[in-house]
Amino acid sequence: MSVIILLILASLTVALVFLAGFVWAVRSGQYEDTLTPSLRVLAEDAKNKISDSNSTLKPK
Amino acid sequence: MFSHQPEVQTATAQTAARSVRCFHCGENCPEHSFALAGRSFCCFGCQIVFSLLQENGLEQFYQLQTAPGTRIRAASAAAKWTFLDEPTVAEKLLDYADKTQAKITLHLPAIHCVACVWLLENLFKLHPGVGHSQVNFSRRETAITFAPYKIKLSELVALLASIGYEPELTFGETEKAQPSPWRKKAWLQIGVAGFAFGNIMLMSLPFYFGLDSFNGPWFKLIAGWLGLAFALPVVTFSAADFWRAAWLSVRQRTITLEIPIVLGLAAIYISSVFEVLAQRGPGYCDSLCGLIFFLLCGRLFQKKTYDRLTFDRDYKGFFPLSVVRVGRAGSPLPADGAHGVTRPTEESVAISQLEIGDRLILRNGELLPADAKLVSGEACLDYSFVTGESEPVPRVAGDHLYAGGRQVGGAIEVETVKSVAQSYLAALWNNEAFRKNPDHDLDSLTNRYSKRFTKLVIGIALAAAAFWIFRDATKALKAFTSVLIVACPCALALAAPLAHGTAQRILARLKIFLKNALVIERMAEVDTIVLDKTGTLTCADARSVEFNEITECGMRNAELLPDERNWIGSLARHSTHPQSVRIAKSLSVSTLPVGNFQETPGGGIEGEINEHKILLGSRAWLEKCGVAARGDARPTGGSSVFVAIDGAWRGAFALENSLRPEVEKLIAQLGGKYELALLSGDNEREAARFQKLFGERAVLKFNQSPADKLNFVRELQARGRKVMMVGDGLNDAGALKQAEVGVAVVEQIGIFSPASDVILDAAELPRLAKVLAFSRSAARVVRAGFIISALYNVVGVSIAAAGLLSPIVCAILMPLSSVTVVAVACGTTAWFGRKLHVKELPVAALIQFNLQPSTFNLQPIAKEAA
Repeated sequence: MSVIILLILASLTVALVFLAGFVWAVRSGQYEDTLTPSLRVLAEDAKNKISDSNSTLKPK
Repeated sequence: MFSHQPEVQTATAQTAARSVRCFHCGENCPEHSFALAGRSFCCFGCQIVFSLLQENGLEQFYQLQTAPGTRIRAASAAAKWTFLDEPTVAEKLLDYADKTQAKITLHLPAIHCVACVWLLENLFKLHPGVGHSQVNFSRRETAITFAPYKIKLSELVALLASIGYEPELTFGETEKAQPSPWRKKAWLQIGVAGFAFGNIMLMSLPFYFGLDSFNGPWFKLIAGWLGLAFALPVVTFSAADFWRAAWLSVRQRTITLEIPIVLGLAAIYISSVFEVLAQRGPGYCDSLCGLIFFLLCGRLFQKKTYDRLTFDRDYKGFFPLSVVRVGRAGSPLPADGAHGVTRPTEESVAISQLEIGDRLILRNGELLPADAKLVSGEACLDYSFVTGESEPVPRVAGDHLYAGGRQVGGAIEVETVKSVAQSYLAALWNNEAFRKNPDHDLDSLTNRYSKRFTKLVIGIALAAAAFWIFRDATKALKAFTSVLIVACPCALALAAPLAHGTAQRILARLKIFLKNALVIERMAEVDTIVLDKTGTLTCADARSVEFNEITECGMRNAELLPDERNWIGSLARHSTHPQSVRIAKSLSVSTLPVGNFQETPGGGIEGEINEHKILLGSRAWLEKCGVAARGDARPTGGSSVFVAIDGAWRGAFALENSLRPEVEKLIAQLGGKYELALLSGDNEREAARFQKLFGERAVLKFNQSPADKLNFVRELQARGRKVMMVGDGLNDAGALKQAEVGVAVVEQIGIFSPASDVILDAAELPRLAKVLAFSRSAARVVRAGFIISALYNVVGVSIAAAGLLSPIVCAILMPLSSVTVVAVACGTTAWFGRKLHVKELPVAALIQFNLQPSTFNLQPIAKEAA
């Protein structure tokens, strides 16, 4: 029966990792604007990656 | 500012076809347009932007969308923005600043398509001082990080302006960054609640399926303690807003909807703690977390729907108002005594198209749509909408005039110094002073209802608990909490705003603007419609204006002397009354300064020109002003406007009025369902014609003054009728305000009548019958929503009180009822709206409208550009 304890602990660890991932996603603003990224992807191509813009000056 | 000025080849293109579109902004190119690299441009500004983008390797802007640019009106001088470098000003605008970098979020109303997003996010290619920039499309905002030592804020703004994205700067208003923390926290709260709900549920499953006997009591203990541990952050963090709201309402000694929710939450958690401590079971933490999770989801959904409604309102709900703009090439109004100056070109433009520096003519009664500088004329502004002070404020040329004032007296010419804020006008319209029966507002209705509702629910919950406590203690708790939770007037509170909001949006697309959503409800109750004749049912521009001289033996067709034409035309120009406008138009003369201008609503206008006193108005009014009648001046047909010069009869303008198209059909449609009445300031010449049109029963009243119209509406109301008054808002403002619903029919005039509840574009008048039918359908939808939510509550509460419903089912049922009501409210209203022949465009479509695949130009950039 103690295997169930192990299973619970394992599942909780996984779940906590996902929760941490979710908190990070919210904190980093991924839920702020769900519309613009869908437009941005249309404008992206191999040459002009939006991520280039990060290289000049890093936001804080 | 830029390192090198682009090389410009200003070739005058041979534009054979007239329909040459500007490569940058898509506007029609004039005859001698600008051309560069085989592309045509409408103006030098657009060409500059093109070459600038080309040089910096940003041609892709033009691939993403055909003609994606915004027209560059004038090269904006960088000096215009230098005030932004003042530390105090910059401090208000910047989100963050230190020596090496600064961050600012700017509202750029010009953002409209995918190419805009791309260009603005590649801003760093245009200037080395610009770092990361990120666009929020739905809020039309761009967050830009820049190095202040490389590019000053003023230069950054000038750079944006130079490529067509002039920011809208708002000082002191802290609204800009508000939604973001709310959203972040809401998502986190939901996430934590969902996380806890799922995990506790996993551990509770064995108990639900009766498997607990396998695991022994220690499993129950572990599950119980883990559940309590998971539920703690949910109760304290996720449900924090409910606790706060409940605490607030306790402190204010009122009962709000949060109180039963909070009571239920506390009851479940405390009973779970006892159960785990007594080792009786794992508690109810799964239900608790599920409940909070679904509550938060429902709240987020509601918030998103409201955001969507306000988004639509902000971007589409502008007023159908226009003002007279003086053509830019034209000369200003002549100074005192100047004769024979040619009349500057005047055009009517929508206020949303006004720009800073435009010259406007404000006539008597017109509203100043933006802050402006007085150029000429005697300004006397009535700020009663803004300040409540009804005494008009005189101003002299050069003075700064604040928006929202209404000009009293002669026409003035102003130059705008700020852009028009639609929202400001909307706020004016909703000013308290123009509210009708504030007690009967639906908001307060819902509030009062919810108070009673809450008391009742707590009562039922306690009664159920008391009933069960001696029979079955666990059932008592279950019944108590499930009653508290299942009973939710949220659906009820949602039905009305959503149905009304949807209806309002549909109508706005038809150029029918409602003051607020509640007007729909009042429109549905209307049983009597009072129509104003001139300017509402009849329109002015169809026939010519004829001048008749009054002689001893009656009226005779005659010509006015050129001087007289100038005098009368100049005077008539100062008024916005449709008849004055028509006369002014028909005389089309040079403008002369008018002194001592005065307008008597329902009477006429007077003023002094070149030391001649001119009176223009109704016969009765002229006689009242002491002009002795001469001969029997009975006009033949149409309405007449009489003229007296220096106290002597001169003659009358006969204005033939024609019915607006389809008015007959409209009257026939309305006649079946409503009691109709017609009020007119004119004499009863046309009585027979209108009696026939309106039918035998209808009341027709002629020679009505504004006060008569108001009294007529009052009389009807005293008889218990719900009155809709349809007028032009000029000389029936009182009646419009008095009526349950006041409809102002507007046609290219800047009269903004805050007394009205509905502003209707004159061309849409024939749809009035359909609009009324639509409002009744919308009101029925609200009733249906009420009934659905009442049914949910009655059924839910009775099952819950019987102790048969577990709190988790309640928690699912509750948001489900809200969702049903929302779906019914929005869906059916939109469906009824389709009868009005408007397609209901969801917000997504509004955005897609700039994103149709066909407008994409995905071929590689044309090589000839190189």
